[in-house]
Amino acid sequence: MRRRSVLAGLAAFGVAGCNRISESETFKGAVGTAEGLHERAHRLLGGNRLAREYSVADISPDFRGNGSVDIPTHEYRAHEAAGFADWRVAVGGLVERPQSLSLVDIRALPQRTQITRHDCVEGWSAIGQWAGPQLGPILEHAGVRPEARFILFRCADNLYGAPYYESCRVDDAFHPQTILAHQLNGKPLPVKNGAPLRLRIERQLGYKHAKYLTGVEAVASLDHIGGGQGGYWEDRGYQWYAGI
Amino acid sequence: MKRHRFSTRLWHWTNAVSVIVLFMSGLTISNAHPRLYWGKWGFEPAQAWLTLPRFPGWATIPTHYSLAIARDWHVVFAWVVALSLLLFMISAVINGHFRRDLTTRPGEWRRGALAREIRQYLRFDFSHTGGKYGVMQKSSYAAVIFILLPLMIFSGMAISPGMGSAWPWLLDLFGGRQSARSIHFLCAFALCAFTLVHVLMVLLSGPFGQMRAMILGGRVDATA
Repeated sequence: MRRRSVLAGLAAFGVAGCNRISESETFKGAVGTAEGLHERAHRLLGGNRLAREYSVADISPDFRGNGSVDIPTHEYRAHEAAGFADWRVAVGGLVERPQSLSLVDIRALPQRTQITRHDCVEGWSAIGQWAGPQLGPILEHAGVRPEARFILFRCADNLYGAPYYESCRVDDAFHPQTILAHQLNGKPLPVKNGAPLRLRIERQLGYKHAKYLTGVEAVASLDHIGGGQGGYWEDRGYQWYAGI
Repeated sequence: MKRHRFSTRLWHWTNAVSVIVLFMSGLTISNAHPRLYWGKWGFEPAQAWLTLPRFPGWATIPTHYSLAIARDWHVVFAWVVALSLLLFMISAVINGHFRRDLTTRPGEWRRGALAREIRQYLRFDFSHTGGKYGVMQKSSYAAVIFILLPLMIFSGMAISPGMGSAWPWLLDLFGGRQSARSIHFLCAFALCAFTLVHVLMVLLSGPFGQMRAMILGGRVDATA
């Protein structure tokens, strides 16, 4: 009996210890190191390799919407009613030639179609066919300045009262499968999946794939944007390198 | 001569801590989406082959629901478990631990010999003649070291979208990302079952002597 209470005490101490450790700077440092090692290992082993592309037969019958699945504002409803004819995405920040692209401009660019798997941080996966222009040539056309280190994605949706945003490394923005998708499975992007335009960044988790895109910005630092961690979920404790 | 070498003891405890942390943070990750699927994709209850129960706070890291913190623990200890297993395997090949203590001979698998060992266990007699471990003990340790732990590591890598693009053969090996996730969970529960039986056997076979031997090394003749 005594041994059992000692064991229970040890377990409780261990678990309470884990909760305390989670908040400590040392542990946060270890997480940063481990995450950096995972990212470097992935880049070392994978380089610029493409994410797996699937066949039409692999497409899932539905594509789950998660996070924001609608924008309940009059403005968005008006855009939806007009077929997003006036929707614009601004390409700016540390670029030589800022742009403002309409959906007509987006559709006029060379398109990439890819059937890829979407992995949510929660654990589920869905497969869909996406179409849209590659982000790389758009950024190239705008002329990303050398001091830019990250590409920031601004969104029209608020999730639990805060604006959604995301960011990635400049080289991941130039990855061939990183596209601004305006179509899912051959049809205009549904509202729940981010109409009219969303990011696809195929080697990372779902929360990186910013929906309802309004802006693409080249930035030197993420410090003074949102909560400073580089994304909506990152500001809430999730890892910025979302490739694990 | 020590019953357990320093490298074996160091790995045993590093692995024990890592596996417990990974299992408990894994239960939080399971709570985030407690359904398992086969194949490449899956997200709806109708597609699931298994829905897991919600694991209570005392079993999870952290004790409150936080997928972000659970993932932090998981990505840190993933490195610890994988690198320590690799180093242990290298040292156990070099120092002969695998060959001497974990390989079984055909004679040990004869029905009579196996039945004798089972009868011995049922009498709570844990002495072994001709070797440190019995044949079932050797084969369960070998199954954990060479099958379960590597399967945990590689199926975990297959779940990662970054790793899945770097090594797409991982996805093929497990039959798709959701199959890899199912196998990851199944191996985790198998490892949990092994750990419970392992601890039970230690408790039945003289826990103080066993713990002393696994911490300080012990003596070969002291436990024979």
